Amino acid sequence: MAVVTEEPKAGFRLGMLIYDTRYRSITIQIVVLMLVMLGVAWLIDNLLSNLAALGRGIDFGFLWNRAGYDINQTLVEYTNDSTHARATLVGLLNTLLIAFLGCIAATVVGVIAGVLRLSNNWVIARLMTVYVEIFRNIPLLLWILMIYTIFTEAFPAPNAFRGDTPAASMVMFDTVAFTNRYTAIPWPMFDRSLGWLPLGPLWLNLDLAAIVAALVGGFLLNRFILRRATRIQEATGDRPTTWWQCTLALFGPIFLVLLALGTHLDSPSLQGFNFTGGLQVSNSLVALWLALTLYTAAFIAEIVRAGINAISRGQSEAAFALGLRPGRTMNLIILPQALRVIIPPLISQYLNLTKNSSLAIAVGYMDLRGTLGGITLNQTGRGLEAMMLLMLIYLIVSLLISSAMNVYNNSVKLKER
Amino acid sequence: MKQSVFLGTLAATTLLAGAALAQGTSTLQTVKDRGELNCGVNTGLVGFAAPDASGNWQGFDVALCKAVAGAIFGDASKVVYIPTTSSDRFEQLTSGRIDMLIRNTTWTFSRDTDLKMDFVGVNYYDGQGFMVRNDLGVSSAKELNGATICIQTGTTTELNLADYFKANNMTYTAVPIETNAEGEQQYLAGACDAYTTDASGLAATRAAFADPENHVILPEIISKEPLGPAVRHGDSEWGDVVRWTMNALVAAEEFGITSANIDELATSSQNPEVQRLLGTSDNLGGMIGLEANWALNAIKAGGNYGEIFAATIGESTPIGLARGLNAQWTQGGLLYTPPFR
Repeated sequence: MAVVTEEPKAGFRLGMLIYDTRYRSITIQIVVLMLVMLGVAWLIDNLLSNLAALGRGIDFGFLWNRAGYDINQTLVEYTNDSTHARATLVGLLNTLLIAFLGCIAATVVGVIAGVLRLSNNWVIARLMTVYVEIFRNIPLLLWILMIYTIFTEAFPAPNAFRGDTPAASMVMFDTVAFTNRYTAIPWPMFDRSLGWLPLGPLWLNLDLAAIVAALVGGFLLNRFILRRATRIQEATGDRPTTWWQCTLALFGPIFLVLLALGTHLDSPSLQGFNFTGGLQVSNSLVALWLALTLYTAAFIAEIVRAGINAISRGQSEAAFALGLRPGRTMNLIILPQALRVIIPPLISQYLNLTKNSSLAIAVGYMDLRGTLGGITLNQTGRGLEAMMLLMLIYLIVSLLISSAMNVYNNSVKLKER
Repeated sequence: MKQSVFLGTLAATTLLAGAALAQGTSTLQTVKDRGELNCGVNTGLVGFAAPDASGNWQGFDVALCKAVAGAIFGDASKVVYIPTTSSDRFEQLTSGRIDMLIRNTTWTFSRDTDLKMDFVGVNYYDGQGFMVRNDLGVSSAKELNGATICIQTGTTTELNLADYFKANNMTYTAVPIETNAEGEQQYLAGACDAYTTDASGLAATRAAFADPENHVILPEIISKEPLGPAVRHGDSEWGDVVRWTMNALVAAEEFGITSANIDELATSSQNPEVQRLLGTSDNLGGMIGLEANWALNAIKAGGNYGEIFAATIGESTPIGLARGLNAQWTQGGLLYTPPFR
């Protein structure tokens, strides 16, 4: 039965905005939105007029003034003659460094702890429970301060390495020195360095670029060889011997590049007040890294455990029935499926870690909060501008991390066709 | 549901608006109405501003807070001491949380102009120095090439340090710290070779060590650090009160007015300037909105400038600072107050 109804062509009246259910909800939403925007505009106007009364408008010009202060860890060229904007960049890179190192280490520790917590071995499972509960139930700031204090109090000052009968000595064949300021380690130096390629504010280190290119090239070559072997195996049933080709592909290019650059290890040695040569990894970096890693890994362990528990028991039983060992079952059957449950909450843990790295100020690690939100803010007195810029940068960094992880999430999630 | 969201938004907007600070009233009137002076001081620097064993704030800077309270209320105890760190002190002042800032703060051009402070004078002429351990074998700051140096972040010392090492073609590693106490801990643990701040601050810090004899303050003074009280820019009347209270303490020393003889001089002194200062003749206090005996009360709060100096940071105290630049102009120092007339 077909029913043809003709819409009544009634004209639109203003009263319908309130009395007609089709329009009422929209009307209310628009009114609320306008009120909210009015309120925000009024607050901003209030702020600006109060600032004007104090004789201080919003002005980001300070970013291009000379900074005048030194930063103890710089990944790019920086002197006290550089601008505040440059100091901000240095801080941002330090933040990204600690976030990068922290995310990787936290993932490794977290996955191991999460898997071990489900272990059939009672002692190991309980130990992991203790670890998780201790680290996620004590504030992160306390862990950072605690680890930093242990470093400061437990290790000797560089002075102790001096003299004929020093109170402290270097370890690992006299190449590594643990002090209460930093850990001095050997670092590769290049006799025939390629120098720097200027690219705007960031200069590209050509040595590093060559090494990365060699590593990536070797990796791609290795993958090509393995794929070719698989193709031959599928066609003929015989898999060609690939181990020497793979070894050559992986290590050959990097070896040649290092040789061409004239690489040698530069060992630290005590000169004057401090060790020179090699690389000095500051205790504030290590303490912050350790604390962020262990703290975040405790949360990741719980996420991993939840992810594994979400996989039906039948999956592992089926794998065992096929004769797979427990280790391979975990790596080949359980974890790939669990990833779908693990990735989304893992993204928020990465974001948490990145944001928590702003606690660096407690141990004098010069991250974004320490440069732009610390010294620059104090020296210029531009508190509002610095804080707004700081929030904007953290927002952008977080959104970038989150979108990169979402791309990965889309690639591993269940494909429904 | 929609209605509750709407009401919630309205309520939040109103609350935020109410929290916005209304500026513009006179600070002197605000302080008088409140009945207490909010004085921003150091979080703890022995000799300048630190609570003693029984929790009472004592020190050179604290004495000025007391003198101002004495001048306004005739009662030096009507002060609320608000500890400020090197990084939040200016915000505390501009936001109105404190009425005056007296926290070893260096008077600089940009702080006076760009940061909208008003420095009303100098109560201590200081300079930046370095402290090292004796066993380091360093006798001059020029030997500190390559050293690790602890430094309070957000201070002028941070910039002076960078300039000094640059001018002398030396390098250093900075360990930024937030408070003096943290710096003390890092320095004592050997996490830095040298600790740098104003020379007076170094002396005060060293006095609090268990083994002050094992630490030496290097002879180089690498900067001018005129330390003084600051008030908000744009309230000159309040600035006058603080400025002239401080001048009254300096003038009192110049005229030989001490807490011991002040009552006697107030009635019997024949010196017209002393009479004007102590309110026996003329009414200078009325001109700045205070009682006629404002200076008398200010001086009674802790004595004249010299007495305060001797009691808090002078050579007989553990801090042991000499008067040096902070002597009267008649004694070869820089203290020189404009006349009271």
